[in-house]
Amino acid sequence: MGMTMTQKILAAHAGLEAVTVGQLIVAKLDMVLGNDITTPVAINEFQKAGFTQVFDKDKVSIVLDHFVPNKDIKAAEQSKQCRKFACENCISHFYDVGKMGIEHALLPEQGIVTAGDCVIGADSHTCTYGALGAFSTGVGSTDMAAGLSAGVAWFKVPSAIKFELEGKLPANCSGKDLILTIIGMIGVDGALYKSMEFTGGGVKNLSMDDRLCICNMAIEAGAKNGIFPVDEVTLSYLEGRSERQPVIYAADEDAEYERVIKIDLSEITPTVSIPHLPENTRKAEELGDVKIDQVVIGSCTNGRMEDMQAAYRVLKGRKIAEGVRCIIIPATMKIYRECIEKGYITAFIDAGAVVSTPTCGPCLGGYMGILAEGEKCIATTNRNFVGRMGHVKSEVYLASPFTAAASALTGYITYPSEELL
Amino acid sequence: MKVKGKVFKYPDNVDTDVIIPARYLNTSDADELARHCMEDIDKDFVKKVKAGDVIVAGWNFGCGSSREHAPLVIKTCKTGCVIAKSFARIFYRNAINIGLPILECPEAAEEISFGDEVSVDFDSGVITDMTTGKTYRAAAFPPFIQNIISSGGLLASLKKHSS
Repeated sequence: MGMTMTQKILAAHAGLEAVTVGQLIVAKLDMVLGNDITTPVAINEFQKAGFTQVFDKDKVSIVLDHFVPNKDIKAAEQSKQCRKFACENCISHFYDVGKMGIEHALLPEQGIVTAGDCVIGADSHTCTYGALGAFSTGVGSTDMAAGLSAGVAWFKVPSAIKFELEGKLPANCSGKDLILTIIGMIGVDGALYKSMEFTGGGVKNLSMDDRLCICNMAIEAGAKNGIFPVDEVTLSYLEGRSERQPVIYAADEDAEYERVIKIDLSEITPTVSIPHLPENTRKAEELGDVKIDQVVIGSCTNGRMEDMQAAYRVLKGRKIAEGVRCIIIPATMKIYRECIEKGYITAFIDAGAVVSTPTCGPCLGGYMGILAEGEKCIATTNRNFVGRMGHVKSEVYLASPFTAAASALTGYITYPSEELL
Repeated sequence: MKVKGKVFKYPDNVDTDVIIPARYLNTSDADELARHCMEDIDKDFVKKVKAGDVIVAGWNFGCGSSREHAPLVIKTCKTGCVIAKSFARIFYRNAINIGLPILECPEAAEEISFGDEVSVDFDSGVITDMTTGKTYRAAAFPPFIQNIISSGGLLASLKKHSS
């Protein structure tokens, strides 16, 4: 029987000819990732178990992104612990303030992950790199510690759901609207323990930033990973960027899928997830009476260049509504710089927004935009759980950069009409 | 191994943000973190929980973030185990890896009520609701995972195999 793309990557990394659904395997890792919240716990476990050296200094990435620049003394201590560990182990991919970015925007941008890789990261959104044609999944700190020490991880070979995408997204939609629609369709555990494999003629019409956003939120459907085939879009993105030679895997013709879902991209509309689960999706146009206090445009989901460009197209020469706080966070220093060079940041500030250096900050209710009781925020982030961005009685609405920026202008959740773009 | 205690019952999709809100993740000190266990879904949990008590929940328990702090705070509160209809996959791995006992049993998770007295026998997978007298059997772990548990967690099992 044939294998899915994910199964093929896992088989190759486990040194096996073939794997089958449910099989438990031990796979070699091309990259082990951690951030300033999860790495300290991993370091503690690593040291407690008596390990002294990482398996390969070039196959470890430590990115300080959640609470940096340090939000308080305790966070500063955690960053310091990561810094010391990275220095002692000569970690080549250590990213501190000034060089850092939000990990899942940074690693693809810097060419640290590539097609065909097998990657674990102690951050649930590690599934992002499936956009490059890699197997990539989130784990906890103890798995990270095991990865750091031995360069391997255990996996249960997943079954898969195939998404056959056809056509092209409307101009006011992006990958975010597609993935929110999918999560609304299958639910927050609709792909639990499974792969989400995206295929079909519509794939070529999705940019790399769209694909990264789509795979990023695979975890919000409970998936183990999301993955796209490697095509010309992938190869041109990887060219001159990948540190290692990309390896192309493709699903077998006779690969088995638990379910096949066909989606016509042209039928996607601007979509919003209302509190308190990403599966609670509505059409943006139905939510016009939801008054908002804050807008956040950024995160590992939507802090990339195309997201900044979407915000720019909507906000340029316009004014953010009175009483709305609009926070824009380019995801990496490279994106931040490009936004300066292109005049985006001036336009954002002129519109009345505030622009932060890269951080996960408000997405997880860390800092830089915490909500008070009863406040509502429309955000391009990935989770709208209870208390996610602050007070337990605050609310987060998930949307695309187009919808979030359009809402900033009116103070209400707003359908991003084509005239706005 | 057996545990016996009172049930704290929660709905479907209990996420890691309500188990341990990110605003407290500026430390990795387990005791400090545990003071906020379940804070955003049940403020009284840490005041009321006693050693051996059992969390019973619906589908997809532990969804969301990969933070290992979530099973860690539940374990540090001396919770005997978590029984759910299903677990989110990263939470499932993390619980196994750090030695928090978890059991998947949709029937038990549906029928057991808040405040019931339950006993759980991990060797047999039998869950007994002593309040109603009903018994349930949870799915057994595959041998590979049993080996991690019996070694005392993932890193201990890794050490054992490398030596």
